[in-house]
Amino acid sequence: MSDIPASQKLDIIRMKGRPTVNDYIPLIFDDFFEMHGDRLYGDDGAVKGGIAYFKGTPVTVIAQVKGRNLDENKASNFGMPHPEGYRKALRLAKQAEKFHRPVICLIDTAGAFCGVEAEQRGQGEAIAKDIMEFMTLKTPIISIILGEGGSGGALALGVCDELAMLENAIYSVISPRGFASLLWKDASREREAADIMKITADDLMALKVCDSIIPEPTGGAHNDPESTAKAISEYIFSALQRKFQKGLDELLNERYNKFRAIGEFTE
Amino acid sequence: MLDDIFSVVRQRWGTSSPEQKDGKKPDIPKDLLFKCPRCGSVSFSEDFDKNGKVCPNCNYHSRLSARERLDITIDKDSLEEFDKDMLSKNPIGFPDYEAKQQALRAKTGLKDAVITGKAKIRGKDIVIIVMDSHFLMASMGSVVGEKITRAFEYATENKLPVIAFTASGGARMQEGIVSLMQMAKTSGAVARHNEAGLLYITVMTDPTTGGVTASFASLGDIIIAEPKVLIGFAGRRVIEGTIRQKLPDEFQSAEFMLENGFVDMIVERKKMRRTLAHLLALHEKGGLQNE
Ligand SMILES: [Zn+2]
Repeated sequence: MSDIPASQKLDIIRMKGRPTVNDYIPLIFDDFFEMHGDRLYGDDGAVKGGIAYFKGTPVTVIAQVKGRNLDENKASNFGMPHPEGYRKALRLAKQAEKFHRPVICLIDTAGAFCGVEAEQRGQGEAIAKDIMEFMTLKTPIISIILGEGGSGGALALGVCDELAMLENAIYSVISPRGFASLLWKDASREREAADIMKITADDLMALKVCDSIIPEPTGGAHNDPESTAKAISEYIFSALQRKFQKGLDELLNERYNKFRAIGEFTE
Repeated sequence: MLDDIFSVVRQRWGTSSPEQKDGKKPDIPKDLLFKCPRCGSVSFSEDFDKNGKVCPNCNYHSRLSARERLDITIDKDSLEEFDKDMLSKNPIGFPDYEAKQQALRAKTGLKDAVITGKAKIRGKDIVIIVMDSHFLMASMGSVVGEKITRAFEYATENKLPVIAFTASGGARMQEGIVSLMQMAKTSGAVARHNEAGLLYITVMTDPTTGGVTASFASLGDIIIAEPKVLIGFAGRRVIEGTIRQKLPDEFQSAEFMLENGFVDMIVERKKMRRTLAHLLALHEKGGLQNE
């Protein structure tokens, strides 16, 4: 698809005007009805969830919110969820299962928030529970990485039947910055890290982590949010068509095997 | 404290005075002493080993090798090890990863960071998973993920409980996204074991962090921790960087996790085998529907 190196994609996805879920939700879905809270602790602005129509079909939308300005970022903690965000996601996913609605996850996070309260409220447990429950959730799950897919904080919404990435999105085990500081003790070597980590949509197609790439307009999604939203809609439509044809056992077995097959070893 | 140690060193090994002529501190062979990472106290390795590798001063339960753990946990000679020759490839072509693994294999005698198998505890059949932090800090790459997944699948198929001793620095950076996906793979296998109504006990040992905390380690029906061990999701230094202040020592300890409701009980090493046997027995008969 594109030969842009990962380090340059970092620039594109960090561009100020890059569309966020706040732009995409009204362009892709109709009558979005937002719901709040995990029913356990509170409401996390980093995870937005609700019900909407997608081309006439009710779906559950769960999305990580990167802000478009300082106010939005304050409300959404720059898209880095706390445990209550992951628990809200799980509540809405179980609700979707009950009412046989497909789940559409929109991923855009540098990672789960790293802080004292996040640890006290069990960040690890919250993510683990999402991963386990999504693995056996009895309704189709489609996940799309819009910009940054950072670590376990992204994977919590990334256990799905099909994963798509926008053309310039990245998905990584740790942020390139974190990688550089961990392995080389030098966070400033972030771009170099990005280029060896295999984090672009093409890399992840080759590693069978990503199933589809959604094209962006030349230069990046910010140049034409409407056409990007249209491309996302087309992808969701075709992915749902594929999933609706399957029986539940087939769907769940394929989901299990999608992840089961990843890993490279000899014996 | 150190002076005490030196005088005992002299008595026991007849080495020269700690105050050497050039005024430098003497070199006591490192493996003779254990310095506790929690309380900083120093003890003789001999005494420390006799105490089950538990700090005699603060009760910190330090790291064991997987073999040491198996020796004190399962019935003698009961292990039927699974997948003992599995080796990781280099899925993202990371520079020098093969060489690094080879060096560690030679040094530790391990093929990777986990041992799995079928075993018995006081005669009861279990599937056991033991991670070993001496191999790349038991980070989770392809081999760790695959072996743990297969262990759960075997347990599900054969209706056996799983006991997992977790220890990990988290994801294996050298395997990139493939490492991250092992969280989903292992948790998927836990989910199926769980749906089959089978018992899964996690024992969190030092350190249980990152992607392992955020996947199978946190999914046990019962979660046990050893005293004073490190348990958490994010790295302490990362959090200190975010909040720009030092965190208290007890932050992300087993005791912290118990207090916050993420661990069922803290069990001392010397009581672990007994406790596990007791819990296994409690799950043998399943209530009213059983004859
Ligand atoms: Zn100590």
